[in-house]
Amino acid sequence: MSRSARVALKSVVWAACLLPLLMLLLKFWADDLGANPISYATNVLGDTTLRILLASLTLTPLRLLFGISWQMSLRRLLGLFAFSYAVLHFTVWVVVDQIFNWPGMLADIRKRPYITVGMLALTLLVPLAATSTTRMVKRLGGLNWRRLHRLVYVAGVAAILHFSWLAKKGRNDPYLYATILAALLGVRGWHRVARALGKRRVVALGAPSTQKRVAGAP
Amino acid sequence: MLIKRRPDIASSEITARGLYLSRRAFIAGSAALTLGPSRATAAAETPPAEPLAAKPSPTFRVDDPPTKFESVTTYNNFYEFGVDKADPSIYAASLRPRPWTVRVEGLCARPKTYDLDELLRLFPLEERVYRLRCVEGWSMVIPWIGFPLASLIKRVEPTGKARFVEFTTLYDPAQFPGQKKNLISFSSLEWPYAEGLRLDEALHPLTLLTFGMYGRVLPNQNGAPVRVVVPWKYGFKSAKSIVRIRFVTERPQTTWEKAAPNEYGFYSNVNPTVDHPRWSQATERRIGDFRRRPTLMFNGYADQVGSLYAGMDLRKDF
Repeated sequence: MSRSARVALKSVVWAACLLPLLMLLLKFWADDLGANPISYATNVLGDTTLRILLASLTLTPLRLLFGISWQMSLRRLLGLFAFSYAVLHFTVWVVVDQIFNWPGMLADIRKRPYITVGMLALTLLVPLAATSTTRMVKRLGGLNWRRLHRLVYVAGVAAILHFSWLAKKGRNDPYLYATILAALLGVRGWHRVARALGKRRVVALGAPSTQKRVAGAP
Repeated sequence: MLIKRRPDIASSEITARGLYLSRRAFIAGSAALTLGPSRATAAAETPPAEPLAAKPSPTFRVDDPPTKFESVTTYNNFYEFGVDKADPSIYAASLRPRPWTVRVEGLCARPKTYDLDELLRLFPLEERVYRLRCVEGWSMVIPWIGFPLASLIKRVEPTGKARFVEFTTLYDPAQFPGQKKNLISFSSLEWPYAEGLRLDEALHPLTLLTFGMYGRVLPNQNGAPVRVVVPWKYGFKSAKSIVRIRFVTERPQTTWEKAAPNEYGFYSNVNPTVDHPRWSQATERRIGDFRRRPTLMFNGYADQVGSLYAGMDLRKDF
């Protein structure tokens, strides 16, 4: 991809990722967050986290399914945006909803499964964000870095569980998100199995492996 | 793969406030044009609620200031219109609250189908200011208009076998878009919405058969044209847009009980000491307030209703 195309692509993604936050701030200034502003802000930030996290998890399946790779350059950007929205979501909970009621929050983290897995998801994203710089990739080495960043799957599952466990019956969006996540992980799983089977067949035939390992990560 | 998104905000929500406030003028001005029932225009087409005269009750009123009318009409749980808080106000116009009948039947001596206007004239209307506590942890204060459900019940003379009262909400996917089935209906409540009370709860003077609020007839999103209000129970116990009231012997199964029996009990009395399995019920956020406040036993109506549950284990019968 040309440099200008990459810049254009990233600008679009930046704008799309900032839009929900911008809308939220505009509504805040216009005093238009509705009857329950705290709940509204928490929901928008949480929902946006899930969407961007799922978007970041579609990049590799797109490569596996269609063999395209221009989208892979967006992984860090989407990952960091997902992390940022997760932090904002958490910050609203701590500062505005709970008003620094630490004992209450700790009790909730222990006692309420949906908060436990939510905390887990956020915690798992911290080392991923911390090792997102090119320097850190080099320092850890490609293989270690890739292994570490597989945590994003656990974080994704935890985040979706967080949403489904707090949502009331009758809502469809938790199921929708869970289906998307399952499909995305399914593509990866299927690809691994297919590759393993392919290798075995190749070995059985006594021919050298023709599989090419695509550089890049989980 | 495409991620199907719901729109982040309804187009109705990004209308400038000034334009929004002049919407009725706009609608009147463009009356000659036929506007389709789009999402954007649906809310604006809701006709202004007619006034409904009622005598303020001197006894049944809490001193807390009433919640803003705008909040009470735009922040609703009424899954028949959709599961988001804004859905009921957005789709409200699809419900036709007139003509309307309520069938009162089952174990009673004088079953009858009441036309709404007849029902409205049966007993004097009073205005009562009640707290409303949602099971989700928020609350409001609302001036309702209606008469005690007990008056109607006594009029139809339930038999000795009647132990429970069952309420049924209108089932009509054409009027309630939330009742429509579609491709992504992974999860849905069972329709029609069913609620129930023990006969003594239904006869309690606090239980109000409700036709209006804030001096006007009920807006569609608040359960028009007739609903019950049971202020010591979580909001979902107060069935909306009722078409049938039935007296039965067996405890009726309610919609939320069927959906999640370990989460929504038949009684569902407001109780800060019994948590929802997934979240605490100890505190609530009063809509319009910043800080949470402690939730009161029976939503603050313990003096009036506590005796109904004497000797019961409220952890078991939650």
